[in-house]
Amino acid sequence: MMRSTNRLLILISFLYLLLISTLHPAYAKAKLSINIAYLSLEQKILPQMSNLDAFVIDKGLKGAELGIADNNTTGEFTGQQFNLVKFIVPLEGSVVDTFNKDIANKFQYVIVNLNAEQLNTLADLPAAKNSLLFDVATLDDALRNEQCRSNVLHLLPNRAMRADALAQYMLKKRWSKWFLVIGTSPEDRLYAEALKRSAKRFGMKIVTEKTWQHTYDARKTTQSDIAVFTQVDDYDVLVVADEHSEFGEYLDYRTWLARPVIGTQGLIASAWHKTHEQWGAIQIQNRFKDKAGRWMEEQDYGAYLATRALGEAATRSLSSEIKLIKAYLLSPAFALNGYTGAPLSFRSWDGQLRMPVLLAAPRSLVAVAPIEGFLHPKTELDTLGYDQAESHCQWTPQ
Amino acid sequence: MIKKTCLSLAIGLLCLGNVAAESVFVTLEHDNALAIVDPIAGKLIKTIPIGQRPRGIAISPDYKYLYIATSDDNTIKIIDAVSFKEIGQLPSGKDPETFALNPAGNRIYVSNEDDSLVTVIDVAKKKAIKQIKVGVEPEGITVSPDNRWLVSASETTNMVHWIDTKTNTIVENTLVDPRPRAVSFTADSQQLWVSSEMAGSVMVLDANNQQLIKTIKFEISGITADKIQPVGVVIDKERHRAYVALGPANRVAVINAQSFEVEKILLVGQRVWNLAFSPDQKRLYTTNGTSNDMSIIDLDSQTVTKSIAVGTYPWGVVVKP
Repeated sequence: MMRSTNRLLILISFLYLLLISTLHPAYAKAKLSINIAYLSLEQKILPQMSNLDAFVIDKGLKGAELGIADNNTTGEFTGQQFNLVKFIVPLEGSVVDTFNKDIANKFQYVIVNLNAEQLNTLADLPAAKNSLLFDVATLDDALRNEQCRSNVLHLLPNRAMRADALAQYMLKKRWSKWFLVIGTSPEDRLYAEALKRSAKRFGMKIVTEKTWQHTYDARKTTQSDIAVFTQVDDYDVLVVADEHSEFGEYLDYRTWLARPVIGTQGLIASAWHKTHEQWGAIQIQNRFKDKAGRWMEEQDYGAYLATRALGEAATRSLSSEIKLIKAYLLSPAFALNGYTGAPLSFRSWDGQLRMPVLLAAPRSLVAVAPIEGFLHPKTELDTLGYDQAESHCQWTPQ
Repeated sequence: MIKKTCLSLAIGLLCLGNVAAESVFVTLEHDNALAIVDPIAGKLIKTIPIGQRPRGIAISPDYKYLYIATSDDNTIKIIDAVSFKEIGQLPSGKDPETFALNPAGNRIYVSNEDDSLVTVIDVAKKKAIKQIKVGVEPEGITVSPDNRWLVSASETTNMVHWIDTKTNTIVENTLVDPRPRAVSFTADSQQLWVSSEMAGSVMVLDANNQQLIKTIKFEISGITADKIQPVGVVIDKERHRAYVALGPANRVAVINAQSFEVEKILLVGQRVWNLAFSPDQKRLYTTNGTSNDMSIIDLDSQTVTKSIAVGTYPWGVVVKP
């Protein structure tokens, strides 16, 4: 399977070079190749509350492929060739084995679409010492703080950035009394922690906090359950932490008091959303849909940005050398367009991409954080998440 | 002719006022309309329905025709600049936004953003005669006054492509700062000015060797660098000064076009986008995308003298003497 992919890739590259050499004779001479691995696990289909959304099997990969295509259009003019090879590990397989065997000696740049634990396991491998891992999946604040690794860059906003984006919007709306509803998964608790941090940061009050422990069968009991569950002291807004969407969708319209729902359902915070069209976003939405036959998901966006960041760094540094690329990515000169109205760059203290966060309702984009009026001496984008002075990340220089 | 025009205009305000005065035409992206402004009186004269989502606009060298990209109609409309009647359409390709008219007025070059192409249109024949493959998301496009170069800027490829207008092929590519938006030649065709939205810079390139002469950066106290996103750029005929619209910084920068120093920053309106000179170069007109107005800058005193509400999402601007 892998071999045939490689062979196909070589053939495509060859045909491509042939095409380029006829199109642009001036650039045919010196081709610089940059090889990128894409590493993910086969997706386990989780039980879902709703059958409305089709299960997407290749979240992330399609975004990486689009980024590579964009890079190679630029490469036609600069003499650079970007190659992507995907490694999708079977459910029962080991990402560590795949990394050690197939990736470590052949690829320095690896787009990693895995969970926090798997990501750091890879980052700590001796074989990954001279690699640069692009994390396009995790939201964990710990990975940007105590658990940070100097060979990892994070392309999606962490929970603290999302919670800050929501809190800024709620502050603007003067919804300062929160009813915090938390699911039972560890991820829900992490999201709730981020929300509590934001509440403190922006002077909001959590008047009631409750954990949802009821049944997840909406058809039978939700109607009465939620009405009873939400009979609490008065509040302005229900803030929900339910990352796996096990009950959050059913809160809206069923609360005892008529209150908006915000958080992981209702008004959500995301790096990307299908309702987003401004700042040229419609262009990439169209390009992506033409290619993938579906909407772009967050992991796709992260993987797109990862490949584009690499493309930018390679084009600017005229190199494929990891030291130069990494130095460029973390330098003040690096500015990436993410179709969200502000130049994206990496925070030098934790490797997190500095980026706006979209606040979206299911069918309309409500706001883009940082919300106007939240100021920062350097860049308003650093009003989201862990700023330099707050960071607990200590990068060990390599 | 003028009398006939007066009769044909329902309101006839143009006839009452100063007929000889210049007119400013502004495309209104969200109103699907064209605003006609008398800049001397400082008044919106009228608004005309023009087609779906009008953006790019140009005027023929004889000032008889307006060309307007109506993006959601997937065409460039030819509009009579006196009667404002549609007299034809050009095959622009899908979703046209920006385009350039050559000095002779017989060729239009359209950026096809979704397809990474520039389409060459024969205006008289109303026919697309060539498509040129460029980088990802071509946007800014211009023809040098001497008609030697067609320049296309690719927003995602971060390049300007130098295209020979005789052969319609790319001769050279220059890497520029991230997300180039507008490209503008000096009147002598010797320099190309390129604005880059994400880097917050303007690059001045030498048209003879396509190399960088100078990168201009902007600093505005109280505004972080992220908000300084240069878009429209124009240079006066004598190359004394250049003016750059700074987008969400809501300001226009005045640049000494000899020393490349930023001399002054003028507050205009929200998300200032495109710029146009008055024919005598005494005034500069700006379209302010999200405050729904245009500003008039008096260039002798270098002050903003007036803001005129024109309609929602003013985009492109051209002036008819």
